[in-house]
Amino acid sequence: MTLTTAPRRSTAPAADGAARPRRDLGAWFLVLPALLPILVLSVGPLLYGIGLAFTDAQSGRTQATRFVGLLNFSDLFQDSLFWDSFRIGLIWAFGVTVPQFLLALGLALLLHLDLRLRWLARALAIIPWAMPEVVVGIMWRLVYHPDAGILNETLRGLGLSGAGDGRDWLSGLATALPAVIVVGVWAGMPQTTVTLLAGLQNVPRELHEAASMDGAGAWRRFRTVTWPALKPIALAVTALNFIWNFNSFALVFVLTDGGPGGRTRLPMLFAYEEAFRYGQFGYAATMGLAMVAVISVLLAVYLAGRLKGDDDR
Amino acid sequence: MTATESTGGSERSSAPRGAGSAPVPRGTPRRTSTARRTSTSRRRATPRRTATRAGQYAALLGYLAFLAFPFLWLLSTAFKPPRELSSMHPTWIPEAPTLENFRQAFAQQPLLAAAGNSLLAAAVSALLAILLATPMAYVLARFRNRLSRAATGWVVISQAFPLVLVIIPLFLILKGLHLVDSRIGLIMVYVVWSLPFALWMLTGYVRAIPRELEEAAAVDGAGRLRTLVSVTAPLLAPGLVATALFAFITAWNEFFFALVLLKSPEKQTLPVVLTHFLGAEGVADLGPLAAAALLATLPSLLLFAAIQRRITGGMLAGAVKN
Repeated sequence: MTLTTAPRRSTAPAADGAARPRRDLGAWFLVLPALLPILVLSVGPLLYGIGLAFTDAQSGRTQATRFVGLLNFSDLFQDSLFWDSFRIGLIWAFGVTVPQFLLALGLALLLHLDLRLRWLARALAIIPWAMPEVVVGIMWRLVYHPDAGILNETLRGLGLSGAGDGRDWLSGLATALPAVIVVGVWAGMPQTTVTLLAGLQNVPRELHEAASMDGAGAWRRFRTVTWPALKPIALAVTALNFIWNFNSFALVFVLTDGGPGGRTRLPMLFAYEEAFRYGQFGYAATMGLAMVAVISVLLAVYLAGRLKGDDDR
Repeated sequence: MTATESTGGSERSSAPRGAGSAPVPRGTPRRTSTARRTSTSRRRATPRRTATRAGQYAALLGYLAFLAFPFLWLLSTAFKPPRELSSMHPTWIPEAPTLENFRQAFAQQPLLAAAGNSLLAAAVSALLAILLATPMAYVLARFRNRLSRAATGWVVISQAFPLVLVIIPLFLILKGLHLVDSRIGLIMVYVVWSLPFALWMLTGYVRAIPRELEEAAAVDGAGRLRTLVSVTAPLLAPGLVATALFAFITAWNEFFFALVLLKSPEKQTLPVVLTHFLGAEGVADLGPLAAAALLATLPSLLLFAAIQRRITGGMLAGAVKN
């Protein structure tokens, strides 16, 4: 796809003056060191992976891998366990992305003010961002620990002992998914906050002041001035967060490993097990492809809806 | 409070906005909140405003507690002796703080070797990533064309695919090359994996360097290469460092590829080894687990704190521009 660009570039409006033809060659020379590895170890495997979804590839077997057409897909359609995990993945992705965005927006608005503890909040916001996901998972296991954890102890202290006493949040059938969702929100909030905070810099200050002088209250100013300016970034952040969350692995792997009874088995955990515990490479690739397909459709609908909303204004 | 202060503020904060694409130049207070200050502080404090402020501080404190408490709990657990850890009523402050958990952690798992593996993989892949990405980032920043659009598109797309779709073929390819369960294989994956992001950040940093500086050097008779080496490279250096450190942190923290690609215990990286502390369900040895987790997170935390502003600046440069 990129190969066509070189000859055409010289017909583009010449912004770089006379040195252009020589630079073209030089440009290719400069691009190759990064382009080759990306093509060989990123684009290539991706296409290979899509191909694998149509085969019966398995690890450690002697017969040749065969092309099986859509067999994996018809299997997948009937695989209720996979669709369970798919549903869990969607609940998880929505459950994390929406509160994450709202909380991050609130924090960003606060940090945009001139409050005294701002520096501390900014410093703290770095912690979840810089931590390995594995450590975040371990850390929250310590928080949720039925006996030695701070959560149950805090609930006891608040007089909610009936609710908190010795409860194992991560092993309860009803509590496991909400418990991991809280961790997901915590882990991804800082990055969203920082991005939104940067977006707030683009809010026209003059408009804000004018609205303020016209007697617009805080909510009104947010709705008419801040939000329209912030919306593009907010939209991009939400969409990306949704994809990342839907595809996440390490956090839940460490927290529950998909348990109890598959209640937190995200699609990635399912596909990982299928590929590297049971060796079903082809089938796992099919799962990956199904994840891509559904995410793309969801995103397209979401983005189309949002863009249409813009036109209506 | 005074008029001069607010004008000064508005000038300062409008400059980076005008520049738009640039990663935050050193010393430019990009995130100053003069906007709100100028509009609100002119008014006198009224009871209603005081109440608003109180509400804002209450909210901020709530956020601080939410952000900090798991981490504080990790700290607390790491320094508790076993007796306190098995207590049914855990306390925030260890009554008899001890380093025993750290000793235990090193005794139970090969933490030093694992840290060495992580260090090697992260450092080599970060270095290779910026070496490979810098020339292309230069081209992407200076020539706007389909290539740069395709590359930007690829950055976004590559973030969106579930890793399982990439890791299975990678596993098979690396197996064919006898590079499964090999540090070289893992480093190759890390390099390619961090390339899109390195390109994204570095392109922003290059764009922030005024093209005129290079043209001036060219007018003075400096060749292309000479200009790059003596004019562009020094200005790019801080961005290179930030990008390399970010790639380092990402690889240091990475779990999924390392889990799949490395089988021999002596080759595994720190995040993978950490999971070995989590034995069968519920029987984890909490003290050493917390101690090891704390140690594993320190390098990335310190590095990230050092370069956080540059990273967000670089990321946003890409985001705003594209």
